[in-house]
Amino acid sequence: MSEFKCPECGYVFSEEKGDEHEGYSPGTTFESLPEDFVCPDCSVQYKEDFEPA
Amino acid sequence: MKGYTATLPDGEAIHYVDRKRWLWSLSVLYPLQPFLGIWLHAETGNQAWLLLPLFLGYVVAPFQDWLLGEDENNPPEEVVIQLDRDRYYRFLTYAVVPLHFIALFGAAWWAGTQDLSWWAFIGLAIVAGMGSGLGINTGHELGHKKAAFERNLAKIVLAVPVYGHFWIEHNRGHHRDVSTPDDPASSRMGESIYKFALREVPGAFNRAWAIEKDRLERRGRSVWSSNNQILQSMALSLVVQLGLLIAFGWLMIPFLILHNIFAWWQLTSANYVEHYGLLRLKEANGKFERCQPWHSWNSNHIYSNLVLFHLERHSDHHAHPLRRYQSLRHFDDLPTLPSGYFGSYLLAYVPWIWYRVMDKRLLALPHIQGDLNKVNIDPGKRQMIYEKYGQAAA
Repeated sequence: MSEFKCPECGYVFSEEKGDEHEGYSPGTTFESLPEDFVCPDCSVQYKEDFEPA
Repeated sequence: MKGYTATLPDGEAIHYVDRKRWLWSLSVLYPLQPFLGIWLHAETGNQAWLLLPLFLGYVVAPFQDWLLGEDENNPPEEVVIQLDRDRYYRFLTYAVVPLHFIALFGAAWWAGTQDLSWWAFIGLAIVAGMGSGLGINTGHELGHKKAAFERNLAKIVLAVPVYGHFWIEHNRGHHRDVSTPDDPASSRMGESIYKFALREVPGAFNRAWAIEKDRLERRGRSVWSSNNQILQSMALSLVVQLGLLIAFGWLMIPFLILHNIFAWWQLTSANYVEHYGLLRLKEANGKFERCQPWHSWNSNHIYSNLVLFHLERHSDHHAHPLRRYQSLRHFDDLPTLPSGYFGSYLLAYVPWIWYRVMDKRLLALPHIQGDLNKVNIDPGKRQMIYEKYGQAAA
């Protein structure tokens, strides 16, 4: 399980924990997030911008 | 005055003092304007004083911007972390939240209990609405932060203008779609502010609702549940406005309708001037290019920035949405409005003057250089605009 970080605001998507508020359950892979996923905190970085944390 | 010390990469020590530190309290005091009119009315018996805040907003504020001019100072990047962490600045954004409620209650109390002429009553409702419109600005600053406390304060303050959907719509919708034809909160060349308002107000609500519905569906919840963050804020609005109706009677119906409309109108005005005609181009993969500094209009005018938590440094805000107001920066060669927001609103309210001033500025921007294919144009005016500038539509 990996973590991916938003390069703008530092939001971290943890595959292990998911993101309860956003409705992504624990174990959700980053790969399986929708293609139009944007950073839940800053909304200006897209899925492809996220970097492995 | 408090200063911040840091070391530049070359080893040089710097000391930064924010000369606007205490002046930021203007953003906190500004929403209390209705009380100024109420006090002068009570002292003199002359109802015209109730309209004073309209004069302050539409005449004095643009004049102050002209008089005090612009401020291009930026905090050095090395002190921004310290500046962001200084709790004084965020305290101001918390302190103003209850004042928005108090200002609405005060104006409603006066309108509901004094024997006012119809024009003074309408004027006071509009004045109250202008103050609550600033509540959307407060909610904007708070809603962009990560801390649950600040986001909850955003939901609370947005209940005053009945605009609880704003922080979802703005953060997750507008920031994603800004300066594209898909964005109901970005105005188009040739689109008057009045036409824009009719697209923006319902469009923004629908987008917020769709975003929240998606989120709740992923969580297996109904959109009609207490988890809906829009409904949470709207429930507080209902309590407040119903409470005023019970306290001061049927007069509150026209008062609150006018109040709400004029609060929303403040946001519409800001949205209208912030991205007029600016367009992110589509890339080969079909996605819009990233939002760049030249996709927002800016102003460095001191006075209006001080009462709007630096909102007018808008390009930096879109590049770094979580950056706190005290740290937003000016950059050279950005699209620049002819005046601060309040003066720009006046231009926008008379569309032919707005087009006359702004279309020229828009087409002269370095990334556009007269090329209408790089402009966000109102579809209904497209042909007319292309003909006017002698270009063939793409």
